[in-house]
Amino acid sequence: MQLSVNCDQPEPLPATLPVTLPVTLVDLRRGDAAILEGIDLPPDDARRLMELGFLPGTQITAGRSAPGGDPRVFQVDGSEIALRRETARRLTVHRKKTGRLERTPRA
Amino acid sequence: MGACGDCGSCNSAAVVAFPGSPAAPKTVAVIGPPNSGKTTLFNRLTGLRQKVANFPGVTVEQHTGIAQLPDGRSVQLIDLPGVYSLSPRSEDEQVAFDVLTGRRADTPKPEAVLLVLDSTNMARHLMLAAPILALGLPTLVILNMADDLHSRGGRVDLDKLSAELGAPVALISARRGEGVDQVFDFLAGAMTTPSPRQLPVLLDVPKCRQWAGHVGSQASYRAPAPPKWTRRLDAVFLHPVAGPLLFLGAVIAIFQTIFTVADPSKDAVDWLVQHSGNWVASVLPNGLFKSLLIDGVWTGVGSVVVFLPQVLLLFLFIGILEDSGYLARAALIADRTMAKVGLQGKSFIPLLSAYACAVPAIMSTRTIENKRDRIATILIAPFMTCSARLQVYTLVIAAFIPRRPLLGWLLSVRAAAMLGLYLLGFLAAVVTARLLKSSILKSGRTPFLLEMPSYRWPTLGSLGLRLIDRSKVFLRRAGTIILLVTVILWIMCNVPFSHGKPPEIADSLAGTIGRTIEPAIKPLGFNWKIGVGLITAVAARETIIATLGTIYGTDPESNKMGLQAALHRDLTPGGAVALLIFFAFAMQCISTIAVVRRETGGWKWPILQFTYMTVLAYVGALAAATLIR
Repeated sequence: MQLSVNCDQPEPLPATLPVTLPVTLVDLRRGDAAILEGIDLPPDDARRLMELGFLPGTQITAGRSAPGGDPRVFQVDGSEIALRRETARRLTVHRKKTGRLERTPRA
Repeated sequence: MGACGDCGSCNSAAVVAFPGSPAAPKTVAVIGPPNSGKTTLFNRLTGLRQKVANFPGVTVEQHTGIAQLPDGRSVQLIDLPGVYSLSPRSEDEQVAFDVLTGRRADTPKPEAVLLVLDSTNMARHLMLAAPILALGLPTLVILNMADDLHSRGGRVDLDKLSAELGAPVALISARRGEGVDQVFDFLAGAMTTPSPRQLPVLLDVPKCRQWAGHVGSQASYRAPAPPKWTRRLDAVFLHPVAGPLLFLGAVIAIFQTIFTVADPSKDAVDWLVQHSGNWVASVLPNGLFKSLLIDGVWTGVGSVVVFLPQVLLLFLFIGILEDSGYLARAALIADRTMAKVGLQGKSFIPLLSAYACAVPAIMSTRTIENKRDRIATILIAPFMTCSARLQVYTLVIAAFIPRRPLLGWLLSVRAAAMLGLYLLGFLAAVVTARLLKSSILKSGRTPFLLEMPSYRWPTLGSLGLRLIDRSKVFLRRAGTIILLVTVILWIMCNVPFSHGKPPEIADSLAGTIGRTIEPAIKPLGFNWKIGVGLITAVAARETIIATLGTIYGTDPESNKMGLQAALHRDLTPGGAVALLIFFAFAMQCISTIAVVRRETGGWKWPILQFTYMTVLAYVGALAAATLIR
């Protein structure tokens, strides 16, 4: 599991290559679950997120949000943490083995 | 152990009683992640013997309190701010770190630690156990919220956990008081340094989490089922439409209640003050002393004390919002609005508590990691309508606005006027924040992280404790600052003597000072009496009520009138609005100035803040007095 603690934006890929957009927490809808891959934030901020349970390899489920969808609550490691869209965008996730985002029943 | 104290062959007991009492630690720190119930436990252990630290001058950054052990000895407890780790990033964590390592001059280094963790989220909370155990101080690991753990089907093997951590473990419910005796036993017992089986590399968060997970599984920890009721309530409170409506509804209901319920209770206290005053007056001989006591102290301090029920009601509502866990949802809903002015949802909680009092609110900004966001929040917090303003507003509104319904039983004209003033303060705060964040306090954004606690029923005990705390603060203010100002003012109203008799009020020292500044405040529609009130209100806003009470009480013309009637006679409607606006904007509070100086570490910010707010207040009041004739 590679943890990318990095404040630089990834270089945009040349348009000729087949581009697969990375999936981030923003792409999860309510009830979706995915596995955290990396945090693309300055080390201090990444550390704080990790202390709250956002560790690579952990399952994260998207929960309810404030009106307008921002910030959104995420269920992680037994607690519920709200993140703004701008932060959630920096957390890359990968789908579970089935290749599709797994849906957990809505509460 | 008392029952088998003289039974020599008693070997079934797990604890061996030493002859004489083992040495108890003198100072013990209470630490844990936010929302693990530290303060509830702290209040349980110390009862009402805690110091009210939310007050400048006492200069205590942490709550300290005395826990009385069953054998009569006492232990000093330090309630530290909630932290997730010991690598300090916010002021809050710095304080906790410095106290634990003995780097603070004002606090003795603790000899032992009570580590409070949420048992319903033990695996993650155990991460904090690693750096705490590594300190080498005798530690009791407290798993709190045992009632929640059990009711949601979780469990843990305490013996195995204790063996793994090399420290005693107690499973308790601080809220219900279950298992608190184990904490007392620890405080009274022999202290041993912890010897954990292993510790992870402290700076490596994934390793720490792995270690915590390993310890949890060794202790056969089974996490409880997700909180059903919290999910159900969030479906309502975080509903895209119902959520914000409920938020608004709650705010309106609070204002309406403060008006309808607080009025009779205020009248009752007022009656009590009046009649006790009359009784004291009837037994005292006529003379200056009687005048000081009745016209000065009784009328002055009494006119502030009548607001106690109303202030307590406000604190009760804020207490319910905080204790139930709703406040975090409110911060979530408010975050986008806060983002528009360049602040974040975390600023929302200090700002909301500033509705009660700016002093604890400014201290609670320590949870904001970003220094510039924190200073911006400190600078705008005094714009929020605090409970002292509430008293002034109530008096002026009651004197000038008729008691009429506006929206049937839902909202009266008076409550609407009050709501408008609250909005005014809020708008001033928002505009100021916008200005600050786009100029001198511009900063990069730090991620907004907000943990949503499970909903809990606020307990009567903890709410009651808060109210007793606040009553103490309120009465102490009335008995110190306000009493002092009132006595000085009474003297100034009664000197210089002419022909052996006190002067006419307008010729007294107070009157002279008032008339000297009158030209400056005349454009605002204020006379010299209000002017004296404004000067004394710099000490604390509500002092103006006591001042006017004393001045009108001393003046034979208005002596028999109530304060409201006298005010109504002295002010035009335009002047009344100007007075309200002046109070909405001005920074009249010595305690706030002192706490801003302390929290920002110098005079620069408080001077800027005081000047800005005073200018705004004067200009706003001038505009109101000119427009409304």
